[in-house]
Amino acid sequence: MVTGKGGTGKTTVAAALALALAEEGKRTLLVEVEGRQGIAQLFETEALPYEERKIAVGPGGGEVYALAVDAEKALLDYLQMFYKLGGAGRALKRIGAIDFATTIAPGVRDVLLTGKVCEAARRRTRAGGFVYDAVVMDAPPTGRITRFLGVNDQVAGLARVGPIHNQAQAVMRVLKSSETAVHLVTLLEEMPVQETVDGVAELRATGLPVGCVFVNMTRPAVLDRTAVRAAEESRTEIAKALSRAGLGGARRGGRAEQLVDPLLRQAHEHAERLALEGELRSEIAGLELPAYELELLAEGADLPGVYLLAGELREQGVAR
Amino acid sequence: MTARAAEAGTAQAHGLGTFPVLDVDALVDDPGTRIVVCCGAGGVGKTTTAAALGVRAAERGRKVVVLTIDPARRLAQSMGLTELDNTPRRVKGVDGASGGELHAMMLDMKRTFDEIVEAHADPERARAILENPFYQSLSAGFAGTQEYMAMEKLGQLRADDEWDLIVVDTPPSRSALDFLDAPKRLGSFLDGRFIRLLTAPAKVGGRAGLKFVNLGVSGLSVFTGLLNKLLGTGLLRDMQTFVAAMDTMFGGFRTRADATYRLLQAPGTAFLVVAAPERDALREAAYFVERLAADRMPLAGLVLNRMHGSEAAHLSAERALAAAENLEEGDVVDQPTGKGGDGRSAPRSASGSGSGSDAHSGDGSGTDADSDELTEDSTASPTTAERLAAGMLRLHAERMHVLARERRTRDRFAALHPEVPVAEVAALPGDVHDLDGLRAIGGRLAEQPGVEPA
Ligand SMILES: Nc1ncnc2c1ncn2[C@@H]1O[C@H](COP(=O)(O)OP(=O)(O)O)[C@@H](O)[C@H]1O
Ligand SMILES: Nc1ncnc2c1ncn2[C@@H]1O[C@H](COP(=O)(O)OP(=O)(O)O)[C@@H](O)[C@H]1O
Ligand SMILES: [Mg+2]
Ligand SMILES: [Mg+2]
Repeated sequence: MVTGKGGTGKTTVAAALALALAEEGKRTLLVEVEGRQGIAQLFETEALPYEERKIAVGPGGGEVYALAVDAEKALLDYLQMFYKLGGAGRALKRIGAIDFATTIAPGVRDVLLTGKVCEAARRRTRAGGFVYDAVVMDAPPTGRITRFLGVNDQVAGLARVGPIHNQAQAVMRVLKSSETAVHLVTLLEEMPVQETVDGVAELRATGLPVGCVFVNMTRPAVLDRTAVRAAEESRTEIAKALSRAGLGGARRGGRAEQLVDPLLRQAHEHAERLALEGELRSEIAGLELPAYELELLAEGADLPGVYLLAGELREQGVAR
Repeated sequence: MTARAAEAGTAQAHGLGTFPVLDVDALVDDPGTRIVVCCGAGGVGKTTTAAALGVRAAERGRKVVVLTIDPARRLAQSMGLTELDNTPRRVKGVDGASGGELHAMMLDMKRTFDEIVEAHADPERARAILENPFYQSLSAGFAGTQEYMAMEKLGQLRADDEWDLIVVDTPPSRSALDFLDAPKRLGSFLDGRFIRLLTAPAKVGGRAGLKFVNLGVSGLSVFTGLLNKLLGTGLLRDMQTFVAAMDTMFGGFRTRADATYRLLQAPGTAFLVVAAPERDALREAAYFVERLAADRMPLAGLVLNRMHGSEAAHLSAERALAAAENLEEGDVVDQPTGKGGDGRSAPRSASGSGSGSDAHSGDGSGTDADSDELTEDSTASPTTAERLAAGMLRLHAERMHVLARERRTRDRFAALHPEVPVAEVAALPGDVHDLDGLRAIGGRLAEQPGVEPA
C-alpha cells in the first residue's frame, strides 16, 4: 500500500515500486482505486478497464500488470459470484441500489476495493505459486488511509453476520498480516512530514503494518548556510569570479556585480530550505523506518522518469 | 458581475500566452462579492489561499468569515483555532484600521450533522437518531458527508447575514469536484425513494412501487432478502430505525443541498480555482473550469500558486551553467566525494559544507580568500569565491529551468482557456503558518503585473 499526502507522488512512487519489484521472472500488479486513471496517464496508455493488463516490463526484466478497480463493477461481480444475479444487477442499478452501496453505504466501497486487492494478492496459479509476486496499491491519501484499511473492522461490526461480514474479516486478516506493508510517501516539507508522522502513529495504533518512508522529490544540496554566509561576506570576490566567468564587469554597477545580490538571495533561500530539510530528515529518521530517497526529476514524472526512479529504488535495495 | 469586477481590464502578454489578469483586490473590495470558494486538487494551497484572502479582505475593511476545512496545525493555531468547533472566532492580530474584521472557524462535520438533526427533530427523536449506529458511521464522514456539511455550513453562514464576505475552503476530496457532487448525492440518497424502498418495503410497496422498481413481483423481497444476507440483518435494522426516526426530516436534505447549489450559482459568489503550475495539476484545473462553466458557477479566476521567479531572469540557464563550468574547471583536488550518510550522492555539488567551512575559516583573517584570488593561473584549482559563485550559478540555472517549465505549463492552460483570469503567487521560501505569511501571500495574490494598486 502506498499512501502519502495528496500530491506528494503516491501514484508515481507506486508505479516506480511496481517496476522495481518486477525482477527477472517475477510479476507485479499495480492497482489504483480512486478512479482517476493515474496509471494510464503515467504509462501513456488508454484508460484501464476493470481488468488486469500487462502494461510494462520492469528494469529487472519482470512483468508489470495494472488494474483500475471500479467499486461498482466489483460489487456487480461479487453479487454475480455469490448470488448468480443475472439481469437483476441492472435493475438494482436503476433504482439506485448500486450507487447507494458504492458511494453512500458506510464503508462498502472500501471493503470492495480492499477485497479485490487482497483477492489478487492471494490468487494462486495451478502450480500453486502466487500469480503475483507483489501487489502494489496506489492507495488513498494519509488522511483517509487508516479509515480506508480499517473499514473492514468497522463494517464487520456494522454488518454483524453474512458474507460481507465474513469477507470484511478475511480482508482485515490479510491487511494486518506481515504480508502487507503500508508505505508512506513524503516530501521534505512541513505538512507532508507532519502527516507522515501522524499517519504512522495512527496506523501503528490500529495495528496495521507500516513499511517504509519514500522521501520524494529530493534536490541536491549545492550551498549550505555556512557557504552562503561566506559568500555574503565576500561579495567583491564573487563579483570578480562572475566577471572572470564572462558575465560582465565586476565593478560597481557592472553586469556581474549586479548579479551578486539576486544570486545571493536565491542561494540564501536554497540554504534555508536545506536547513529545514535537515530538520525534517531527522524527524523522519525518528520514525525508525527504512527510508528511500527519490530525486526530483527536472522534467516531471513522465514514463522515462518513472523508470529512472525505479532504478534508484533498485540501487537502494528496495527489491531485496 | 462579481467575476467581471475581478478582471483587470488589460490582457497581459507573457511570452507566448495572452491571458487576462485576476484582480483580487477588486474582487474582495466589491460589496457585491459575498462568497469566495477556493477549490482545487489536494495540497495546492486552497486552505492557505482562503485564509490569506480572508486576512486581506478584512484588512481592507470587510467583515469576513473564513470557513476552513483542514488547516495545518500551526496555521490553525496562528488564527486562534485550537480545536474543531463550529462557531466563528475573531482572529486577533488582524489590522482593523479600515473597519474590517476577520473571523475563522474550522468545520466539525459531525457536529454540523448533529445540529441539523437537533434542529429538526424533537429531543427524544433526536437522541434516537444520534445514537443510531448507522447514523454514527454516516455522520463520522463516509463518502460525501464532509462535503455536504461544508456546504450546509456555508448555507447557514450566508443565512445569518452577519458577514460581508464568506471565504470557503473546500475539503481534500478524492476528486476536486466532489464538493459539487457529493451534497446532492447524499441529499438525494437521504430523501430518495431508495432508502424508503430499502427500509420500508411494506409501506411504499403495492403494485405501483414494484412496477416502478421494475424488479418483478417477488423482486423487491428477493432484493431486501439479499441485502439482509449481504449486510447482515443488524445493519438493515439499524437503517430502518434510522429512517423511521428521520421521517420528519426527509425532504429537507435534498432541498437544502439544492439551495446551497443555487447559492453557489448566485452572482455574489466567486470561485477561485487554485492550482500548482504543473502539468497534472493544470489538467485537473482545466477540467474543473469546464465543469464550473457547465454548471453555471461563476468563476473569478485561476490562482497559480507557488510559482517561481528570479530577479536575475535575464541570465539564462544555459549561460549560467556554462559560466559555472568555467569557474569549476580544474576542480580536481577538492571534488566532494558525494557519498553522504544517506547513500545518495549530490554529484553536482560544487561546494558542500566542506568547502563552505573552508571559506568560513578563511574569512577570520580575510587573507586566505585574498591570496587565493591573486592566483591568476587559470589551470589551478578554483578559489573559494569561484566555487561559491559556481554554486550560485548552478542554483540559478536550476531556478531558470523550473521557471521556464512553469511558464510553459501556464501558457498551455491559457491557450486552452484564454477567458480565465490568472493570478500568480510566488512560492515563499518556507511554509505559511502565521498571519505575516498569510499577509505576504495575500499581497502576492493582489499584486499582479498590470493590476494598479487600489
Ligand atoms: N520524483 C519526482 N520528480 C518530479 N516530479 C514528480 C516526482 N514525483 C511525482 N512528481 C510529479 O508530482 C505530481 C504529483 O505526483 P502524483 O504521483 O500524481 O502524486 P499523488 O498520486 O500523490 O497525487 C505529478 O505531476 C508528478 O508528475
Ligand atoms: N505560496 C506558497 N508558498 C509557500 N508555501 C505554500 C504556499 N502556498 C501553500 N504553501 C504551503 O503548502 C502546504 C499546503 O497548503 P494548503 O493550503 O494546506 O493546501 P490544500 O488546502 O490545498 O491542501 C502548506 O504547508 C502551506 O504552508
Ligand atoms: Mg495519485
Ligand atoms: Mg486544505
